[in-house]
Amino acid sequence: MLSCKQVTRLASERLDRPLNLRERLSFRMHLMMCAACSRFDGQMQFMRSALSRFSRGDTPDADARDDRQA
Amino acid sequence: MTPDPLTDPAALTRLRRDMLRFAELQLRDRALAEDVVQDALIKAMDKRDSFEGRASIKTWVFSILRNTLLNTIRSRARFVDVSAAESEGEQTALDALFDTNGRWMDDARPDVWLAPDQAAENSAFWEVLEVCLNDLPENTARVFTMREFLGLATDEIGETTGMSVSNIHVVLHRARMGLRECLRQRWFETEAVTC
Repeated sequence: MLSCKQVTRLASERLDRPLNLRERLSFRMHLMMCAACSRFDGQMQFMRSALSRFSRGDTPDADARDDRQA
Repeated sequence: MTPDPLTDPAALTRLRRDMLRFAELQLRDRALAEDVVQDALIKAMDKRDSFEGRASIKTWVFSILRNTLLNTIRSRARFVDVSAAESEGEQTALDALFDTNGRWMDDARPDVWLAPDQAAENSAFWEVLEVCLNDLPENTARVFTMREFLGLATDEIGETTGMSVSNIHVVLHRARMGLRECLRQRWFETEAVTC
């Protein structure tokens, strides 16, 4: 049984490499029983998509109407 | 109709400022970021005719910027200080989040993040994200943004920096923990409810 600490590590690593079968199963089993780690995992995925959007320059234009300089 | 940032001076100023912020988060070097943005803008103006208008022009210019950043990083021998990256934030908050059995400490247990999709439509959220990325240690941030901004795989990051893949995983994990904690404190906690 994985600990929450180990699960947070896998929640991060699965954004960078495919988990193996054993990791995947124990990860999913832990998330089914642990709301805190499920939220953590969702937050990791939210951050991934926000950063991707940021890197595409695809963010709402706050100040198209003002002329603040850099 | 929004003005074309490659010809309208005010729009160009804003575009350049956004590019500069982005490049500086990636490079952590203001002077170098200015050079890279300059290069990317010149390329964009040069290739303006090949822009097909499927994306916004800002998105198109940012793709040129990311390419320019990638080339810059690849051409620099010591873009990341490896030993600094590996030791930055080593003993920090990470361990304080869990008890000795690896369970969440009561006050660290992740709460619900309310309406993240709405946050992403709010320009103030993106400013907070930028502040939080800036708060990451320098070399950690360089590695993290190579992964998240430029989309490099961990083995490519390893080739470019000389870091081992397992250490890259550690650095990326620390960066995400730090970024998450910062977003929680500066954005989500202010409107968080417990349920």
